[in-house]
Amino acid sequence: MAGTTLFDKIWESHVVRAEPDGTTLLYIDRQLVHEVTSPQAFEGLKLAGRRPRRPAATLAVPDHNVPTTDRKLAITDPISAKQIQTLEENCRDFGITLFGMNDIRQGVVHIIGPEQGFTLPGTTIVCGDSHTSTHGAFGALAFGIGTSEVEHVLATQCLVQKRPMTMEIRVNGTLSDRCSAKDIILAIIGKIGTAGGTGYVIEYTGSAIRALSMEGRMTLCNMSIEGGARAGMVAPDDKTIAYIKGRPLAPKGDLFERAVQAWQQLKTDSNARYDATVTFRADDIAPQVSWGTSPGMVTGVDQKVPDPRMMSDEKTKNATERALEYMGLSPNMPITDIKIDKVFIGSCTNSRIEDLRLAASFAKGRKVAKTVHAMVVPGSGLVKQQAEAEGLDLVFREAGFEWREAGCSMCLAMNADVLQPGERCASTSNRNFEGRQGAGGRTHLVSPAMAVAAAVEGHFVDIRNWS
Amino acid sequence: MQPFTQITGLVAPLNRVNVDTDQIIPKQFLKTIKRTGLREGLFFDWRRKKDGSPDPDFFLNQSRYESSTILLTRDNFGCGSSREHAPWALLDQGFRCVIAPSFADIFYNNCFQNGILPVVLKADEVLSVMKEVVGTEGYQLTVDLGNQTVTTPGGTAYRFDIDSFRKDCLYRGLDSIGLTLQHEAAITAYEQRRQQDAPWLFADVR
Ligand code: SF4
Repeated sequence: MAGTTLFDKIWESHVVRAEPDGTTLLYIDRQLVHEVTSPQAFEGLKLAGRRPRRPAATLAVPDHNVPTTDRKLAITDPISAKQIQTLEENCRDFGITLFGMNDIRQGVVHIIGPEQGFTLPGTTIVCGDSHTSTHGAFGALAFGIGTSEVEHVLATQCLVQKRPMTMEIRVNGTLSDRCSAKDIILAIIGKIGTAGGTGYVIEYTGSAIRALSMEGRMTLCNMSIEGGARAGMVAPDDKTIAYIKGRPLAPKGDLFERAVQAWQQLKTDSNARYDATVTFRADDIAPQVSWGTSPGMVTGVDQKVPDPRMMSDEKTKNATERALEYMGLSPNMPITDIKIDKVFIGSCTNSRIEDLRLAASFAKGRKVAKTVHAMVVPGSGLVKQQAEAEGLDLVFREAGFEWREAGCSMCLAMNADVLQPGERCASTSNRNFEGRQGAGGRTHLVSPAMAVAAAVEGHFVDIRNWS
Repeated sequence: MQPFTQITGLVAPLNRVNVDTDQIIPKQFLKTIKRTGLREGLFFDWRRKKDGSPDPDFFLNQSRYESSTILLTRDNFGCGSSREHAPWALLDQGFRCVIAPSFADIFYNNCFQNGILPVVLKADEVLSVMKEVVGTEGYQLTVDLGNQTVTTPGGTAYRFDIDSFRKDCLYRGLDSIGLTLQHEAAITAYEQRRQQDAPWLFADVR
């Protein structure tokens, strides 16, 4: 008998019923909720007189709108404040656990799920947010949904889904010193394109993936959506189990032992088949820098800005011309000549404690360039607390970085942290779309180490030989 | 939800690839707690020039496309964020149908939740229709969900694929939550089974 993939195992164990055309009613174990994509879902429930089926399977947190400056001051934007207040009211009315704005456990929704042990292997997890793919790092099937589907899951604990195809992305070999999971995923997107994974769930395999920490695997799975895939996953192993053990919402005692036994079965059989396989060698991956307005427009830091005149495909050529114009870059310019104005270290891609430790190790004893404004935004209140206990905040402050409260912040600039038109930012976030970090702002996606080096030098440098 | 059976309508061309949801509706419009009133945010940054004045080159600022109901665009439309504000804004502007060679998954799903039909045509078909649209003022297409066809004024009919379940829900304008709730017994049976196999998933998350 043909074996099954990790994805198949999770899918099969969540089928409630299937229509003749393969449309499946899929059971959803857990849902995360934030303030931006939920108000209309709760309103829909109210209008229809429906109640959440399992409020205890849902966890809510405000993150997108929260100010990352002093929390004791009121939110200055009344519309943001209203949205956060609406979330609080809805959670109260519907009996949903909320980590409020002044709760130490508050943070970016995809940081706090894993941190609390809410994210578990073998589960289906959804959230009205595309970066829900992050949770796949634990061997969960986790994907983003729209607001109508948020309402659907609240009311029924199920979703109507079409079975996706599976793609294996195998990364063997060893990463160069100072390269990270961020460089792996950017290189992958650079190769498969931003629609390369459309219709697929990706499973990341290979020795370079196994070697990644849980934090690294979260960074990797987080950006699966930038490659077009709704979900990315890594099979659970000892690292996964060690990470989960003892977290507040993780199973305890006998239940934990039972769970671990089940989690150990969660892997792709050696004779299973994927619908597609793509392979990479980690040794070939250079530190990556995006140069355009789509995450697929990315290259090694040792390369040059591409030249649209050399492109034969009309689509790529036009898109490149447009992107270079928006980004204010000229063809064939070395990436290391690109000067930056701002640095943002944060977002659900790279604001976990490991990211901050690494960034601090590069910032220690150095100074942010005079022409650069740099900030660090921890992923959650608990990450912030931990970083402060380790003295990382001091390292950053002494180097000239601002040290902020937890939230999405300048990843999408819904709060007060925005780029001005024409400003150029080295950012550890996940999207470099036009205007993402502020109208007219220019975003270059990089790893935390690359962001620190750029902050210090005022332009991009190859972190591999930065002294 | 408004059913979608057949429409004949004016077509607006958006000749760009990888149009992301941040462009369709920028973040400053996501602070609303309503589904309506998002029209002014649709393609907000592209509607204006750098100095803030309306850009006459952008299709939504041209009177010939003002009352269009069909949006014709290029590959990977709706990529990026999961915001359902994107289809809400399109709907608010009057669009009931988006035609493209490919769509991002979440956006594609979100359309069906809002009575919008996303149609996938081949890239060369889209390009040839795009040429006709730009060249012919008042250009209309007929989109027929029942027959799964897009018909040009010249009588060329392009066929498109769609899942039968999705088609049925959209065609009849069904409430998808209501449909799922009809399977309440199956959901309960599943939960009981699952509670035996994976009891740790049924602890409260508090
Ligand atoms: S950090 Fe950025 S990508 Fe992540 S959830 Fe917040 S806004 Fe979305």
